[in-house]
Amino acid sequence: MILVVAEQREGKLNRASWEAIAAAQHAGGPVKIAVLGSAVDAVASELAAAEAAEVIVVDAPALEQYTSDGHVMTLAALIAEEQPSQVFLPHTYQTRDFAPALAARLQRALITDVTALKAPRGAMVFVRPVFQGKMSAEVTAEGPSPHFVTCQIGAFRADAAKRGSAPASVRKAAIDVDASKIRQKPEAPFKEAKQAVDLSQAERIVAVGRGIKAQEHLEVAEQLAQALGAEIAASRPICDAGWLPMDRQIGSSGQTVAPKLYLALGISGAIQHLVGMKGARTIVAINKDPEAPIFEIADYGIEGDLFEVVPALIAELKK
Amino acid sequence: MKIAVCIKQVVTREWQLRVNDSKTWIRDQDASFELNEPDAYALEEALRLKEKHSGEVVVCSAGPARASSVLREALARGADRAIHVEADALASADAFAVADALAAALRDEKFDLVLTGLQSDDQGFGQVGVVLAEKLGMPHATIIMEVKAEEGGLRVKRELEGGWFQWMTLPLPALLTIQSGINQLRYATLKGIMAAKKKEIRKVTPSAAASPAQKMLAIHFPEKGKKTQMLPGSPAEAAKALVQKLREDARVIQ
Ligand SMILES: Cc1cc2nc3c(=O)[nH]c(=O)nc-3n(C[C@H](O)[C@H](O)[C@H](O)COP(=O)(O)OP(=O)(O)OC[C@H]3O[C@@H](n4cnc5c(N)ncnc54)[C@H](O)[C@@H]3O)c2cc1C
Repeated sequence: MILVVAEQREGKLNRASWEAIAAAQHAGGPVKIAVLGSAVDAVASELAAAEAAEVIVVDAPALEQYTSDGHVMTLAALIAEEQPSQVFLPHTYQTRDFAPALAARLQRALITDVTALKAPRGAMVFVRPVFQGKMSAEVTAEGPSPHFVTCQIGAFRADAAKRGSAPASVRKAAIDVDASKIRQKPEAPFKEAKQAVDLSQAERIVAVGRGIKAQEHLEVAEQLAQALGAEIAASRPICDAGWLPMDRQIGSSGQTVAPKLYLALGISGAIQHLVGMKGARTIVAINKDPEAPIFEIADYGIEGDLFEVVPALIAELKK
Repeated sequence: MKIAVCIKQVVTREWQLRVNDSKTWIRDQDASFELNEPDAYALEEALRLKEKHSGEVVVCSAGPARASSVLREALARGADRAIHVEADALASADAFAVADALAAALRDEKFDLVLTGLQSDDQGFGQVGVVLAEKLGMPHATIIMEVKAEEGGLRVKRELEGGWFQWMTLPLPALLTIQSGINQLRYATLKGIMAAKKKEIRKVTPSAAASPAQKMLAIHFPEKGKKTQMLPGSPAEAAKALVQKLREDARVIQ
């Protein structure tokens, strides 16, 4: 049996949970789904639509706000009871925060950021990115089960998750969650001062990455944006360096956009960037590295030096 | 505050990746190396905390002999001393093996705070810091964008997805995994580089390697999924072709 740990915040299911469910169903064998929190009945019945042996709810006041200690303690107890062969989770920031501690506490293997499953002869082979997505590794999990597997966001399709002909049964697990053992004291999530720009409505976006090399070179990207009637945006390192404000960052920590045209200049295409822009209708990548992962999702690519290609593009647009 | 910073040496971003003969890792004898980027931010944060609250900053790396160059660099930036858990196998070991090696080296020193980067640019497990916290029996918090030392503990700002953040407090000793961009990095000065030559790098041999949790079968360049139309030619020719495609085929510009 594969146990999927779904994720919710304030009673709202994280959609990536469906991706983990799809991956677990694809792996084969019966699937159970666990959800932790306080007053999460609505989430549980939403999950019960999945083709699953059952949905297990751990409902405790101490789990109302997510904490690593709360999750590790609860899931360690649940796993001891359920004895799954594998535990699948979505590779969210929350999973990153607790799954390694859980695997370490139980002394079981954890394979993170998995993009595909292969089971040629028995032992399942996991595909995961290395070198920031420039290469893929094929790995196996060693040692006794259960093995923990986190699924890269977007790698498995949420809409491929099979739904049952009737809702799965929902059961409350009787697990004591000792609040006094939780060492982290979280406060309410918040957003920084209201964002000045909302890029989600932009029709065209020119995004710059580390290939731009210096702040003074942003001008050439801005000229291109102007010629295209586009907004300017960036990958994380550009905002980290303070060359553009944080609210122009595209990706998992920044904005998610779906413009008609997304033109990526000197961006390698790490997954945390791709999740923010892969919904764009037409993607253009200009990069001097022909192996850059951004070319895997681009519609049009130019392999070349952006400092030569961009001026040529501006000239062409002005013709 | 006595602070340990765990740092890793990884191949530089500019190095053209090449696979070794057995196709199980890269040809790292040909590679150039640098300090893993999030680890550089972790080191900077530790130096800033020391400047504010005094104490000591100790850098620790688990890696092959060549990793001593990132320790030397950290000493030049201002770390007080270094610990090098040295073994060739640590160059491509899994997260549990690395965390084991680090835990053994750090445990007896009773640090108040342990910092790591949130993940490495090569393996990208995103596990070592959190596993290390568990092994040291410390509470942890991940993807940290601000650290404030308070009475008896820390108040830290976690990054959540989609532009959300969250403050949380936790008691010391604790472990934090640091996100890139938390601060602005300093670079080593000539004076720092000279001073580093006199600072200690203590070598430690890891005890018998724990049995692996993950086995690497092969690495390869990803198969191309979507059909990207590559536009060849000189910059002017490629630009011309692109503008035409965007106007006439994709119709996303006028
Ligand atoms: C938890 C977490 C959250 C993250 N959140 C985000 C996020 O929200 N958004 C985000 O973008 N990243 C995010 N990241 C970082 C992400 O993993 C990558 O590190 C980042 O996206 C890389 O940015 P880049 O492509 O600009 O830089 P690099 O990866 O350094 O790529 C630079 C590219 O420029 C090319 N280049 C260099 N010079 C030239 C030239 N002259 N002409 C043409 N091409 C050139 C290179 O070939 C290379 O492909 C996150 C990471 C983590 C771990």
